[in-house]
Formats: sequence, C-alpha cells, structure tokens
Amino acid sequence: MKPVLLLALLLPLAALAQETGEDEALRASGLNGVRPGGTLHQALPAPQMPREVTPVRRPVRNYPDQPPVIPHTVRGYQVTKEFNQCLTCHSRTRSPETGAPMVSITHYLNRENQPLAAVSPRRYFCMQCHVPQHDVPPATTNTFKGIDEVLQESQQRQAE
Amino acid sequence: MTLSRREFAKANAAAVAAAAIGLPLPASAANLITNRELTTLKWDKAPCRFCGVGCGVMVATKDNKVVATHGDVKADVNRGLNCIKGYFLSKIMYGGDRLRTPMLRMKDGKYHKQGEFTPISWDQAFDIMAEKVKTAIRESGPDSVAMLGSGQWTIWEAYAASKLIKGGLRTNNLDPNARHCMASAVGGFMRTFGIDEPMGCYDDIEHTDAFVLWGANMAEMHPILWSRVTDRRLSFDHVKVVAMSPYETRSFELADIPIVFKPQTDLIILNYIANYIIQNDKVNREFVNKHTRFVRGQDDIGYGLRPEDPRQVNAKGADKANTWSDITFEDFAAFVRPYTLDRTAQETGVPAERLKQLAELYADPKVKVMSLWTMGFNQHTRGVWANNMVYNLHLLTGKISEPGNSPFSLTGQPSACGSAREVGTFSHRLPADMLVTNPKHRAKAEEIWKLPPGTIPDKVGLDAVKQSRKLKDGEVRVYWTQVCNNVQAGPNVMQETLPGWRNPNAFVIVSDVYPTASVQAADLILPAAMWVEKEGAFGNAERRTQFWHQLVPPPGEARSDLWQLIEFSKRLKTDDVWPEDLLAKAPDYRGKTLYQVLFTNGQVDQFPLTDIEAGYRNDEAQAFGFYVQKGLFEEYARFGRGKAHDLAPFDRYHQERGLRWPVVDGKETRWRFREGHDPYVAKGTGVQFYGNEDKRALIFALPYEPPAESPDKDYPFWLSTGRVLEHWHTGSMTQRVPELNAAVPHALVYMNYEDARELGFRRGSEIRVTSRRGSIRGRVETRGRVKPPRGLVYVPFFDANRLINKVTLDATDPISLQTDYKKCAVKLELISLA
Repeated sequence: MKPVLLLALLLPLAALAQETGEDEALRASGLNGVRPGGTLHQALPAPQMPREVTPVRRPVRNYPDQPPVIPHTVRGYQVTKEFNQCLTCHSRTRSPETGAPMVSITHYLNRENQPLAAVSPRRYFCMQCHVPQHDVPPATTNTFKGIDEVLQESQQRQAE
Repeated sequence: MTLSRREFAKANAAAVAAAAIGLPLPASAANLITNRELTTLKWDKAPCRFCGVGCGVMVATKDNKVVATHGDVKADVNRGLNCIKGYFLSKIMYGGDRLRTPMLRMKDGKYHKQGEFTPISWDQAFDIMAEKVKTAIRESGPDSVAMLGSGQWTIWEAYAASKLIKGGLRTNNLDPNARHCMASAVGGFMRTFGIDEPMGCYDDIEHTDAFVLWGANMAEMHPILWSRVTDRRLSFDHVKVVAMSPYETRSFELADIPIVFKPQTDLIILNYIANYIIQNDKVNREFVNKHTRFVRGQDDIGYGLRPEDPRQVNAKGADKANTWSDITFEDFAAFVRPYTLDRTAQETGVPAERLKQLAELYADPKVKVMSLWTMGFNQHTRGVWANNMVYNLHLLTGKISEPGNSPFSLTGQPSACGSAREVGTFSHRLPADMLVTNPKHRAKAEEIWKLPPGTIPDKVGLDAVKQSRKLKDGEVRVYWTQVCNNVQAGPNVMQETLPGWRNPNAFVIVSDVYPTASVQAADLILPAAMWVEKEGAFGNAERRTQFWHQLVPPPGEARSDLWQLIEFSKRLKTDDVWPEDLLAKAPDYRGKTLYQVLFTNGQVDQFPLTDIEAGYRNDEAQAFGFYVQKGLFEEYARFGRGKAHDLAPFDRYHQERGLRWPVVDGKETRWRFREGHDPYVAKGTGVQFYGNEDKRALIFALPYEPPAESPDKDYPFWLSTGRVLEHWHTGSMTQRVPELNAAVPHALVYMNYEDARELGFRRGSEIRVTSRRGSIRGRVETRGRVKPPRGLVYVPFFDANRLINKVTLDATDPISLQTDYKKCAVKLELISLA
C-alpha cells in the first residue's frame, strides 16, 4: 500500500478518535435521561426538524387553568405592536365567523382584575402562553395525573 | 371497583343517553362530580420554580400529588398570569426518570471511578462521602474540597451550605452557579453603589416612559415582566421601547427603536450616550455634585483565562482589575469625548439616527427611563464595566431611585438574589454583602455562628470556572454539586468541565432530581426533593423574599438538599477536619460533630415543631426534631437586620405574597436610597447612596476593549448562546413536560438566510458547529424566532442532546469571574442537506 493511501485511510480514524475522546475516563457509562447514558463525549446526530401537528380534535387540557396549546401551524404569523394575526380569527367579533375559539374572558381583565372593552395589552403576545406542538415523542415519560383522573380515583376509593 | 379511562368515557356516554330518555342513573355514571369532599382541592401559594421574576402561583394538591397550578391573582408580581412554563409547573416533578435512591459507581462491590451506577443506601452514601472528605482534607488540606451550589437553592439550603463549607470544612471553595448568571451584576452594584441589588422594583414598569433593553430578550426570558412592559407600552402612546441586541429577538416585536449592534460594541454605545449627555449639557449638575463622584477604572484587565494563556500574560492590568482612582468631571468628559456619533455608528453598525434617538431618551429630563439587562451585560468579558457604565447614564441625569427612573438588573434564577447574593454563597462572600477577605466581616460571621476566631479562611475560594480547572488539574479531590447542572451549563465542557469531573483523582457527588448530563458524569448520585416537596424561600430580582410550605412528599428515598447537607454534617467531627490550633481555641468543640457545632448551636435548633403552621408537613423538621428552616432563617437574618438588609420575622412571610427588603418596622421598601421610601436615608438629604461611606455613587470612566475571541478566517462566525421561552436553563425540568418538549423539541442553530444560502445549507440541514474547543451537530433554522444578522449564529443551551457548551470559551470577566457565553468564534460545516 502506498504511504499516501495509508495516510488517507488513517486520517478519518484519527479524526474519529479525537471526536470520541481519547481519554477512557470520558466514556464512563451513565444513567439514561433525556440524553442516553455514556454519550457525553459524543456529538450526537441531530434528528430531523419535526412538523407542527394539526390534530383534528383539540387536545384536552390537563387542568382548567392550562392555556390550550395551538392545534395548528403558526409559522410566519405576524404579531407586532400594530397587528396581531391571531386575533384576526380568535377575537370576540371574528370568532363566530371563523369557528376559532374566542379568546377567554380572562383576557379582558387588567392588572386590577377589571374587565376592559378590548383584550388587555398584558395578554397581547399570545405565544407567551399558547404554543404549537410538534410531532415528536416525549423526551421522557411523565407520570403526572390530571385532575379528572385523580377525582375518579377518589370517587372509586369512596365507592369501595 | 376500578374504572379505566375508556370505561369512564363509556359510562359518561351512557349517562348522557340515559338522561336524555329520563332514566335514573347509577352513581358511577354521573358525568359531573359534585361531592364537596371529592372536588375540594387544597390550594396553597408558592413562587414559581423557574426564573428570577418570581411569579406567584397557586398549587392544588390532592392525595399527596400536585394536580394543578395557576397564576396567583393576589401576587403583585404577576396578578394571575403565568408564562407557558409556569402554567406547566404541575408536571415538572413527575418525569418518569425521577431519581429515587442514592447510586454509586461500583465494580466488584466497591466504589470504582469507571464502575456502573448501583443503588446504595443513604448510610452507605454518607459513609463514602465522609471517608473521601476526611482523606482529602487530611492529605491535601481543606481546599481540596469544593462545592457548587445554586441560585435555585432555597435560602436556608444556601445558608446551611455556607455554614457547612466555610464554617465547618473551612474552605471558601463554595460558589453558586449564579456565578454564570449575575456575578457581573453584583460586581457592578458593589463598585458603583457599595451595596448589592436594584434600588428600584417592578413597579417602575408602570411609571416609566421609556424601556431600554440592553441585550435582554424579555419576551422570552422574563415573559411576565414583558407582559407588564407590553401593557404599559400599548396602553400609553407616549411610551417607547428600545430593543438592543446583537441579533433580532421576539422583544423586537414591541420595539419603537430596534438596534442590532456588533457583539461587544455595547460598551461603545454606553460611552457615546454619556458623551451625548455631556455635549448637550443635559447633565443633572445638582444631582451629580451632591450624590456622585468620578473615578477611572483599571483597564487592560485580561479575560479570566488560565494564567499561561497569552491573552492573560499580556494584560497589564490583570493583577489589579478591580481597582480605580479618583478623577474629576472634566476628566470624565474628556475620557468619553472620543466616543462620537460617527465613530459609534461606524463601529457598532447601528444607524446614527437610532443612536441619537436612544441617547436623547436618556438625556431628556422629562423622559423617565428604565434600563433593563440580564445576560447580555452579565455574560460579557467586560460585564462589570457594562453594569457600571449603564449606571453612569442614570447617575449623570439623576434618573435613579424614583418611580419610573430605574436601572434594573434582571436575574435568571428564582433565588439568584435570595440564596446566592444575599446569603453570600460566592467564594468571596459572606451574608449581607460581607467579604471573606475582610477580618471584621469574618469576625462578625464567626460570632453569629458561635465559632472560634480564625475558623473562616481569609482567602477567596475557587469560583465556578476555576473549580472545573482545578478538578482537571487534580487539586480538587472531592466535589459536591446541588441544584445545578454544570456539565451542561458550564463553559468549555470538553477541555475543562468533563475532563475535570472524570479525573480519576476526583470524587464527584451530584444531588439532583433527574439524570442530567451532570448526573451522568458523577460518581455518587444523591436523589433530591424539589420545589413544593420541601418548605422553601426564594428571593427574586426586586428584593422580594417569598416563602412556601411543603405540600407533597418527595418520591422514593429522595431528600431535600437541606436534609442532605445537615445529615451529612453528623458524619464529620471537628477533630477530623479542624487543625489543632483551632481546636485549642475551642476546647468545648473537641470531639463534637459539625452537626452539633453548626446546627444544634442553641440558635438553629431553638424553634420547636409546634411552631410549624398547622396542616403542613415538614420532613426536615421532623427528621431533626426542631423547626430547622425557621432556626436557620432567624440566625441568618441577624446578619442583615440594622444593616439595610432587614428581613421580616420568619412567620410573616408564610402569610405574605413576599416582601421587598429592607423590611423596617414591618414595612417593605420599594425604592432604595430615596428619602420618603427608604428608612435608611437621613431626613432632609433627598438621596443617599449609603452603600459607600461618603454616601455617593461612583461614575466610572471605562473604555471599550475587544472580546477574548473574535471570528477570523478559520472560525468565521460569532456564536451566541442563550435560552428559549419554553425551556428553562438546561431543560432538566421543562424537557420532561410533554407539552413543552413538543413545543420546542430540539435546540436549533438559528442563522441568517443569506449566510445559510452561501454555505449551501437549507432550513433543516444538519450541520456541525465547531470551535477551537469542541463541536455539536444541529439543524439549521433560518426563519425562527431569533433572527441573526450575517456572521452570527445563535444556539440555545437547554437541549441535553446538543451540549453547546462543548463549543463555548471559558473566558470570564476578570472582575466578576463570570463566563462570556455570548461571544466565541465557530465554523459551520454541512453534514446533510435534508
């Protein structure tokens, strides 16, 4: 084998050794979390950019005070201090026509809890509370039980 | 009887059908549960677990679980609102991979650095910790032990850690991760005012005429304060918002004056505005003459790199970075004179007209100005300077310490102020702004802690960045971290943090709630309780101290950091860790455990369990047999009472939605240094900056100096890192909430469309981001919420699977020792086009 060719073959290996870390200590095993255990020394591949999901039915809220998630794409939506694209469908006057849920009455309250004639500016930037969802598996499981589930369980215990 | 979800739904459907034809219903089929006993939830107040804004939330519990949360309408900070993260607080404790038992790396039944994590008991965990600590101190001295804590510690946890490490183990190698967060803000306050934390409060938002965001992207990072800013801006036409940043952010949506400047040139803009104020004769002479004095700060101070780095070796002022000398107003005017509009426009890349509009807001005596900043200033190799320089503007014009005129340093962690700053868990600090290098301050701490003179060491300990370096160098042999994730959050992971943690000479203990990157790199894992699984107290960015009760038990064997610290102190005796000459000064303490000396000292243990408010559990108090949180708090409060850091009595905080210190005669203080608001200001003086002996604030002459690393031919892009709205810090809590994960599943590489096109990338392409230190792989986003100008990329650090801090540089501000996470040089390479 020609030396140049040998070098060419070895170079990627050398690069690999550098990337995975030459030090054995860095490759210690670890518990699985959001990141798989034992991978801290690696540059993990990046998954494809997922799509925003558009479920036919709106997801159930976990509890009454949870802001509903956005069940449609909002890519390119314009929200500036002059114009709020969300309100073109969700405002009180437009909602019957568009079929989009009207913004909650809580959104008309000012800091003193008094209703205003229009949506309160403190609620102006919708995406501080409402966010779209992407088509991805959960990073880990979550064992949170919603209020309905807990109520049901209490009811069952009482029935027993 | 058990009923699945599906059966319940079927029963509901049957109920509807039966009701429709008038049939009687079985109880189990009713579709609305009305029984009071069943539907009554227990609601309690707590501050939010996330950022430094400190919103109030109401937490509903049932059957020992949190079942719902909502914004507290009685909380002044947020009046019923939460951000998306706050609304999902209910779920942060219930990730399926919660740590439930201590675990040790073991091989053949023994600890082994390369072993597999194996469950052990708390007894076994404390045994090996005690053995490692005693051996390290015996062989290498107390400074071979170090601890990294957090601005997410509760106040009493931070205080207990401070006592244990500084007073018990006798090393100042204790630092909070807040070092990465607001150490530069502290440096700014101490140099300008001689006392820490903002003079104003959030009420300034409702009083001001102009908001100037110096780098802060409040729309994402402080969303509830942003809702107050938005309310003010949109309700009143005369109000202006200036959004400044090296890249366009969501906060620009509200901006009247948008300003994108080149990284590091904020220093030029600051001096330009000072120059503008002087040139246009807008200096408030009376205020300046009565309440300020002028100084020139040391320049050429280096970059906080390892001492052998040429950038350190060549820095002439590095050894005296935090010094200054007196100058006159005329000297100051001459110093800022070269910062002209032309030069500023040219070097910052900002149109001259916008710079002038900005300067005029500060200069116009009729416009009240609120300046706001966080990591843009603080994570900056000249961060302390930037803080000093923004105070210059408010001091020159007298726009300070009154409603609406407010230079306001925001914080990132829920108790960065309460636990890191006020308790003084920094490696150079003691409670109430006191310093370990000041003999009087040490004596005062030793007196309150009932320790013999000379217990607290007189030298500054290792800060967060140096801790990593000294782990790597083998000088730190035992390292304990609590409530932080430094393997993900610390800079230069591949060259410093990870090799340090995995150094065979180091034994690394991590207390945490989930298997974070740091837990994965640890040797011993201690499962922790979190948030409402323990009684707690946080201090937010407006000096507001807020309490909460324990509302639910922690899972499995998990225990609070407070219990861990105090229980561990039972394993060490003074004879094990103190030298003979110190023991000779306190013969009564011979043979005593650190638990006896530090925590059953007649003060911490003075409040009985009966003092606990009826109806609340308190696992730590039950474990130790006294109301330990109250004892620690009341002992701690002695440091600040009468010293302008006054805290109210413990019990009152459980009844209030927080109080802003100093709390004097039962009343909180909204504006410090101003007569009529602040009881520490002498009558008839109007204003007193009493943190300094002459009651004057300092106006600093400081120049522009370049960053530690700038783009070049090999690494042609700036890299800035930061957060996104939906995730908090390293994502350890928020990535485990399915809705937040689905909202922002991965950290993306935000970049300019033209740059992407030129390099042959598309939106969605997988690329490699590489610096001189390390690399990550990520997907390109050219149409995202962050819109960089050409030549800059932005990558958030929340994503455990894309550790962007492998790429960042561990250059720090030489005064605050805080890392600059906003500026380093990278190259971008295509992996796949997608």
